[in-house]
Amino acid sequence: MQSKPLTLKILDIASVLALAIATYLALIYAPEEAVMGQVQRVFYFHIGTAWTGLLGFLFASGLGITYLVKQDLKWDIAEVAAVEISAVFFFITIVLGSIWARPIWNTWWTWDPRLTTAAITELIYVAYFMLREGIEDPDRRARFGAVYTLIGGLSAPITFLSIRLFRTIHPVVIGSGDPNAQGTFAMTPHMEVAFFFGLFAFTIIFIDLFWNRIRMGQLAAKVEQMKLNLMH
Amino acid sequence: MISVRKLVKRFGMKTVLRGLDFEVQPGEFVAILGPNGAGKTTFLRILASLSRPTLGTVSVDGYRLPDQAAAVRARLGVVSHLPLLYGDLTAEENLRFFGRMYGVSNIEARIIEVLEMVGLASRRRDLVRTFSRGMQQRLAIGRAVFHDPDVMLFDEPYTGLDQDASAMLDDVFRSVAAKGRTVVMTSHDLMRAEELATRFDILSRGVIVASATRKQLGRGNLLTLYKKALAD
Amino acid sequence: MAADQQTSRASFMKAMFAITWKDLTAEFRSREIFSAMLVFSLLVILIFNFALELDIATRQSVTAGVLWVTFAFAGSLGLNRSMAIEKDRGCLDGLLLAPVDRSVIYFGKVISNLVFMLIVEAIVLPVYSFLYNVNLFNPGLWLVILLGSIGYIAVGTLLASMAVQTRTRDVLLPILLFPVAVPVLIAAVKASEGFLAGSDFNTIYAPLSLLIGYDVIFIAVAYMVFDYVVEE
Repeated sequence: MQSKPLTLKILDIASVLALAIATYLALIYAPEEAVMGQVQRVFYFHIGTAWTGLLGFLFASGLGITYLVKQDLKWDIAEVAAVEISAVFFFITIVLGSIWARPIWNTWWTWDPRLTTAAITELIYVAYFMLREGIEDPDRRARFGAVYTLIGGLSAPITFLSIRLFRTIHPVVIGSGDPNAQGTFAMTPHMEVAFFFGLFAFTIIFIDLFWNRIRMGQLAAKVEQMKLNLMH
Repeated sequence: MISVRKLVKRFGMKTVLRGLDFEVQPGEFVAILGPNGAGKTTFLRILASLSRPTLGTVSVDGYRLPDQAAAVRARLGVVSHLPLLYGDLTAEENLRFFGRMYGVSNIEARIIEVLEMVGLASRRRDLVRTFSRGMQQRLAIGRAVFHDPDVMLFDEPYTGLDQDASAMLDDVFRSVAAKGRTVVMTSHDLMRAEELATRFDILSRGVIVASATRKQLGRGNLLTLYKKALAD
Repeated sequence: MAADQQTSRASFMKAMFAITWKDLTAEFRSREIFSAMLVFSLLVILIFNFALELDIATRQSVTAGVLWVTFAFAGSLGLNRSMAIEKDRGCLDGLLLAPVDRSVIYFGKVISNLVFMLIVEAIVLPVYSFLYNVNLFNPGLWLVILLGSIGYIAVGTLLASMAVQTRTRDVLLPILLFPVAVPVLIAAVKASEGFLAGSDFNTIYAPLSLLIGYDVIFIAVAYMVFDYVVEE
């Protein structure tokens, strides 16, 4: 296995930098929000991780379909990487959402469509890993994983839609990315900078983690191969 | 009738069949022998279209697997060491079900014919879960010949049968083979194989290491051939 | 050409109904799946009575929810048993050997699973009515139950086919199914409430269409990927 390609090393550094800058922007540069106070700063990271997590999940579904078509295990390695990282990002989203909710609405959890869908999607991730865990044959594992990400990837948006439309007791409260929506808050230009940079930073971080994770997967596969060769 | 060239089967990184070549002429009865783990069951499953080849070509009666699998299946009768029967259905209901799945015409008449052939006519209305293992195997053969296939595949059919049941199975085999069908059977039981087959192939570590027809071998020499083939 | 299409569609239907018939006949004899589902449902309803001390007014409003929770749990029980039967005696191989499209197996199973679920629901409704003095004689409600069950079973059959091939088979199906079936639950409960409360059609229209949409999408997807789930 080659040592890390230069691009990846640069990306590693870029990610750390981006995270540092995003933190600075969120915590210091952006002004304190009038109504909600300091805790609102969570928003900059919360939306970043949610957005990238969601895209990652849809991306994983795409990778799954590609595996089914091409039958090449490298797509499976990529799919697992995408799901794992999305799972972590969504978890961060949920935690941040909860931290935000507590002081503002005096509750640890709101059944807001976004948050609820994130939680359900997190459960889909857990189910995904449990499914894979119970299968020996790598090809079958890959096939089943791909099918489940497809089913999950289709149902999560429908879940969001159905909660949004039908669970009227729980309106959209937490940080709609559109500042003009239902009474969250209006963003000043400084806030906008922090917000968009946050999105950008997390995208970079996702790609960096994704690439690293794929390399890990490839390395693991290589080790498996070497083990098998040794046995014969 | 059956033509296999350079068949490779891998499960993830484990290679079970390594470039196997295999030819069967119409009407031959080939016994595939070999130690556990040699790949006999895997090979038979591929011939039965239950498993896909990783590399290589397989064709049965001119139809290629896996592309023309449906055509192949219509011409195959398979008996595995599991009976593949439904315990909560009667013997005739089982046959009727498979008759419908295979699109057999004159199902009712055929049921009577087949039950006679395997010596189970008196038990036609009994639930299969009341059958002994030997009886279930006989019914399984009945199921396998129901649609009058040209090729029959048997995977370790004598597993778990006592002397009497095995003797009955021998009779059924002979009548089945007598119809000019092509038969491939895997077995542990050298003695039985020697009685029934017209050709013996020895499979070891994923390839055929020895092959001899009945004429070439002469009586009682199978064990010697077997030991010699595995010693290499 | 047209004649070919006719016959293959006819044999598709014939094989599909053969599978359904086989499932229903076997179940009629053993009543294993059915009794498990029914007893479980009744227990759940009873438990709700003890867990939630409700006055008459509140009871009315939770009826839809209680019913659907019951159906979801009982449904997953039935699905699990239904596929386990095929897997345990190797019968799935028997089905895969037949010269028919794999989706025949899927649709045949969906229909028989659906029948089991509908029968259980048909019994649960009057029992619930009787115990809680709620009028459930409501064709609109029945329509929702039908549509919701279809969606649930459509996804459930696919996922059960996967779950049953893993080591953790029994626990895994609910874990895989529930997060993905959430839209069905939400829409079905909403529509059920609507019909029970006698709301005007405009409010019921939306969740009903979502149910139908879900059913169509997931039947189509399951049909497309089922091959990957059963092939090796």
